[in-house]
Amino acid sequence: MSGNDAIAEGAIRAGCRFYAGYPITPQNELTAYMAEHMPESGGVAIQAESELAAINMVFGAAAAGARAMTSSSSPGISLKQEGISYLAGAELPGVIVNMMRGGPGLGNIAPSQSDYFQATRGGGHGDYRCLVLAPASVEEAFGQMFEAFDRADRYRNPVIILGDGMLGQMMEPLSVSPGRIKSYAKPWALTGCKGRAPNIIRSLYLKDGALEDVNLRLQKKYALMRRTEQRWESACLDDARVVVVAYGGMFRIVKGAVRKLREAGKKIGLIRPISLWPFPDRAFEPLLKKRLSYLAVEMSYGQMIEDVRLALCTRQPIEFLGRAGGGIPTEEAIIKKIKTML
Amino acid sequence: MNETRIIIAGYGGQGILLLGKILAQAAMQEGKRVTFLPAYGAEVRGGTANCMVVVSDEEIGSPFVEQADVLVAMNEPSLRRFEGRLKPRGVMIVNSSLAQPPAGRATGAVSVPFTDIALKLGNARSANMVALGCCAASTQVVALKTISRILQDFAGKTNKQLGEINQQALLAGSKACTPGASQR
Repeated sequence: MSGNDAIAEGAIRAGCRFYAGYPITPQNELTAYMAEHMPESGGVAIQAESELAAINMVFGAAAAGARAMTSSSSPGISLKQEGISYLAGAELPGVIVNMMRGGPGLGNIAPSQSDYFQATRGGGHGDYRCLVLAPASVEEAFGQMFEAFDRADRYRNPVIILGDGMLGQMMEPLSVSPGRIKSYAKPWALTGCKGRAPNIIRSLYLKDGALEDVNLRLQKKYALMRRTEQRWESACLDDARVVVVAYGGMFRIVKGAVRKLREAGKKIGLIRPISLWPFPDRAFEPLLKKRLSYLAVEMSYGQMIEDVRLALCTRQPIEFLGRAGGGIPTEEAIIKKIKTML
Repeated sequence: MNETRIIIAGYGGQGILLLGKILAQAAMQEGKRVTFLPAYGAEVRGGTANCMVVVSDEEIGSPFVEQADVLVAMNEPSLRRFEGRLKPRGVMIVNSSLAQPPAGRATGAVSVPFTDIALKLGNARSANMVALGCCAASTQVVALKTISRILQDFAGKTNKQLGEINQQALLAGSKACTPGASQR
């Protein structure tokens, strides 16, 4: 199954019953899969007239209590930013999938990781955060959909799945396991107010002090997410002299390079952030006492590296290797770079 | 670690992606780790198409093949584009109906007229299956009978006659590159 198909199938199995999207390469298969298979599960899949329409349809479906999702690739995600900010402001759950391509502008359709800032720093306006998950394989992408919908409902907050064109297009074997779905009561949803007081969903607060209260409530929620939602994978840190940090599709190439170096006896460790926001600072905490060198590898010109620096309190040496716009750091280039650091 | 990294390339319409997908599916059915990565640009009939397949007995790192163990080149431009990416001891499988195999490559070059063989069997579009048979026989990356079973399931759903031709194409491909392969 391809990454795009696996994400769509995972979403449907995770209880997604409303999908709205608009075509853009390299995530088209996701929209196509939803169009074909969502009706089988009694849900609704719509090819909207634009990205703006799609994200606002998600807003509507989420307000009505449905598990709702949209997907796109970089330029399309830029168009959705207003809607994502509104979702965050109105505290509505929703899942947004970004299969990143080259930018800025229309860029190209090659795999890229240049939207890290956009995903983790907001992208839209206002003081808000999205939970951001970055799968590194088709199987993981499938599984993360369950988590994404669960966390969206739990926190009443948008969740972003940040993949790239390579992950979307590649096929890998996938064993489809039935995931557990916890259902959340949604007394706030707009389900028809016969016999009860009407619910109001909004992100506009003009009364003196009202918006500040909302912001403080959001900040409390984000603090809780910071404490409980950091996720990462690490390997070979015990004896490592150089620690390589990479996420998503880039991690796959890094992993191959590090495996080769370790086979040759080089002491290299690996950290893969799985949650990009909250960034897994805790993965680095046990290492802060040691004097190590770090290398961030990205399909960008240096975005995640800023979070690595913050996690290291900027006290440790950190180097960077990255390409974007269609270029991908090769295994050979990674090995060469690491060797200069040993 | 036993890992085979394969690049398959040709022109759009030759069934390059299908070739790669069936190869990947066969590897999966044999319980191996596998990734399939298609080029997903503006591929059209007559343009160029390629895909990358990695088959391994361990977890696969990069699905992107920089240095290939096997190159299947279905036409001349694809051969020129990718021959430099083949490892020195890699296996080069060339469709000699549409490409001139490079002279002087001493080891690991298999040159078979896939398209001509397919034409003789009755459908030029089966050239990809001839190539698949040849690829399986000369690299042993997957067993011929696994592929044959996949084609059988495939044919049941679509065109029975084409299914027949594809089976013959697969067998012809395997025989053409390794004399004696049919006895295995």
